[in-house]
Amino acid sequence: MRAYTPKDNVQKKPYYTDRYWVAPQVAKHDVSSDEVFAADLEAIKAKFEVLDAYIQVEQMVVVINAHDNFAVIEMLKNERQYNQLSEMSAIDWLASEGKFEIFYQMLSMSKRKRLRIKCKISEKESIQSVEKLFRSADWSEREMYDMFGVVVNNHPFMKRILMPDDWEGFPLRKTYPLQGDEFAAWYEVDKIFGKEAREIIGPENRDPARIDRYDTERFARLGHEVPRGTDITHGEPDTPLVYQENEGVFMIEKFDAQKSVVISDRHR
Amino acid sequence: MAQHQVNYLKDGGLPVALTTIDKVVNWGRSNSLWALTYGLACCGIEMMASGASRYDFDRFGTIFRASPRQAELMVVAGTLTKKHAEFIRRLYDQMTEPKWVISMGSCANTGGMFNTYSTVQGVDRVIPVDLYLPGCAPRPETLQYGVMMLQQKIRRESASRAQKPKRLM
Repeated sequence: MRAYTPKDNVQKKPYYTDRYWVAPQVAKHDVSSDEVFAADLEAIKAKFEVLDAYIQVEQMVVVINAHDNFAVIEMLKNERQYNQLSEMSAIDWLASEGKFEIFYQMLSMSKRKRLRIKCKISEKESIQSVEKLFRSADWSEREMYDMFGVVVNNHPFMKRILMPDDWEGFPLRKTYPLQGDEFAAWYEVDKIFGKEAREIIGPENRDPARIDRYDTERFARLGHEVPRGTDITHGEPDTPLVYQENEGVFMIEKFDAQKSVVISDRHR
Repeated sequence: MAQHQVNYLKDGGLPVALTTIDKVVNWGRSNSLWALTYGLACCGIEMMASGASRYDFDRFGTIFRASPRQAELMVVAGTLTKKHAEFIRRLYDQMTEPKWVISMGSCANTGGMFNTYSTVQGVDRVIPVDLYLPGCAPRPETLQYGVMMLQQKIRRESASRAQKPKRLM
């Protein structure tokens, strides 16, 4: 018999389990192996606390405190020529550490180097917006809020960007089920038909994986269409392609190529 | 000088044709199916290809209109997201009767491969559908065949009575 696992808190169970093959991490190198990155790291270390720093896949990763994020990125932009924020988002580590990891992927066009700033915040904490430094952070931070529920302070327009405004839940969290929770399953029904329609439709119709294997009458094969409810146990009849000019529809004639005239003299 | 006026009395009698009201109304309806431009995803590209010169929907009388008030056919071409579900319902309600819906492609039929939190699992959960086209995405030939099937369906219907309310899945 299978060992009993408590099922009263299934929603909080992380979706990801390690029963699949987990790729090993790429090797981390010391920052001193690259002199450009070493100089950048020294500049950060002079003003801010650095929790961890290493080079991975030729990019430097610097882990800082979350409250330093604006100042560090401002310094990197203005003094260290990292003049592009190519990507930023969050990673859900709530199950293992109880924290979100926020990362800022930065690019220096003049140095031809890429650098990643990482910081961790807990679920209830919020983070400072870097939208004043990089306009590209505007939508990225909104998406981060939309998908993970990470609140960003001093953002000009903190609102969901992908999901509807009245959506409940944050879909990219590991605890969010792929096929959605009960709110997601009934969202369009609640909105269009009202909550009372839930009982008329029935919860079994909300299950996308439900297949009624005896229900064959709602489907028809192309070229063998029959009306709904027709008994097809002895095969469907052929439905030959019927053109309306053949079945004698009013005023519609088949085009006869023999009667057509090719105009050779366009000035006639 | 060319004679532009056709002399009906001389050229073979008066232009009279005898038919029934049903037939003449359905002839008009089935051969002027004005479709709402409703490309939601990649199926929309196939729908545009059907409308363009190679496949040429105009010869079926199917002309794409950008307003639901002028359309009577809605070809739902693509994935319907839950965010968009209320708008498709509103646009369907704004279309004038009689109106028909073609659900084009796997995503519009059943949600397709997007069995996720944000996708409506079939457009028939929101609006009633007359015709389902299989395929991912269906070729323009399939959409043409579907429109011809819909034309046959319209010609079988009675024109004088109000349309029966369609069943929602």
